[in-house]
Amino acid sequence: MNLFTLFISAMLINNIILSKFIGMCPFMGVSTSMDSAVGMGLAVIFVVFCASVLSYGLYYAILAPLHLEYMKLICFILVIAAFVQFVELFIKKNSPSLYKSLGIYLPLITTNCAVLYVALDNITQEYTLLETIVNSIGVPAGFMLMLCIFSTIRERLRGNDVPEAFQGNPIAFIIAAIMALAFSSLAGLV
Amino acid sequence: MSEKKAKKQSLFTRLLVENPVFGLYLGICSALAITTNINNAIGMGIAVTIVLTLSNILVSSIRNLTPADIHIPVYIVIIATLVTIVGMVIQAYTPSLYSALGAFIDLIVVNCIILGRAEAFASMNPIGPSILDGLTMGCSYTMSILAMSFFRQILGTGMLSLSNPFTNAEIFSIRLIPEGFELPFFKEQFGAFITFACLAAAVSAFKANVEKKEKSAEL
Repeated sequence: MNLFTLFISAMLINNIILSKFIGMCPFMGVSTSMDSAVGMGLAVIFVVFCASVLSYGLYYAILAPLHLEYMKLICFILVIAAFVQFVELFIKKNSPSLYKSLGIYLPLITTNCAVLYVALDNITQEYTLLETIVNSIGVPAGFMLMLCIFSTIRERLRGNDVPEAFQGNPIAFIIAAIMALAFSSLAGLV
Repeated sequence: MSEKKAKKQSLFTRLLVENPVFGLYLGICSALAITTNINNAIGMGIAVTIVLTLSNILVSSIRNLTPADIHIPVYIVIIATLVTIVGMVIQAYTPSLYSALGAFIDLIVVNCIILGRAEAFASMNPIGPSILDGLTMGCSYTMSILAMSFFRQILGTGMLSLSNPFTNAEIFSIRLIPEGFELPFFKEQFGAFITFACLAAAVSAFKANVEKKEKSAEL
């Protein structure tokens, strides 16, 4: 597949939040302001990219030759958890200001399904290394895009008169439904 | 919520008010993705309940041995091992369910409910209460996704049907909405979000009602 097409389809057409429902928990939790949306988005792009490439190497260099494919879930989640811990320590030591703004999101990323999903998806789709790299940037970029769009909508929503029962998250899900409807029209693009 | 208050409420009220999916917004990825029919919901619910109960047992039995610094990686490896086992069992005995649930079986690992309960309950309590907690939370999760899939299947296909995952034989199938009047978008992403929003709003309205009653009872 053409790499550019792969990137666009990973980012927009098969957007993980609206078409696959992956990464919903941080999506609902962090999308309350633009600043935290950008911070979380950048952290996710970085972690997804590095964790996917590491898991890709681990799978084809160690697991596949030893016929240990069934261990991939355990190995990948370990790689992700260890990597997140490592990034946290590294940022804490070298850039305290960045740690202050990103620190609270980092532990959340371990349980972000998007990271594990991309790592597993690269293997299931049998992507080459180059395609893996493109996919692992495209998918979290779509996540960040959604997070930013959504946070601005929610900021506007704060002043609106929403029925009592729908206040907070339920109305956010209604908005997500309308956005999913809009994005579903992109489906035939590629 | 204080112990005394919790005892006063019925089990049904507590399952709704402290619901992990609609009350706390945990584990919503799978609740949105696989709830197109009740077969998938029951299968997913049972799988999550089993993993949750077993992980609670294991985490609670090693709670005094786990170093505090690395407790999250330890719990995650325990959960991943259990999910791999459950996934293999599902693949071997109910291949149709395995293909319907797809990647979401693997993603049980990052279901926030499981790690959340390990961290908040099983790591501090003995084995007995942890088993009970796992079963209650699992049932509550199963009920929530069952409710989602119930509405989505009826509105989306007009039918309510259940089949045996081991043999693929149909157990029952009733048409509730005449042909041509069903709303296919309830099977799509849009319908998933709308159904979730309405059920979450219903739970939050119920919660507000319960709190109001409690307040008036206190006065």
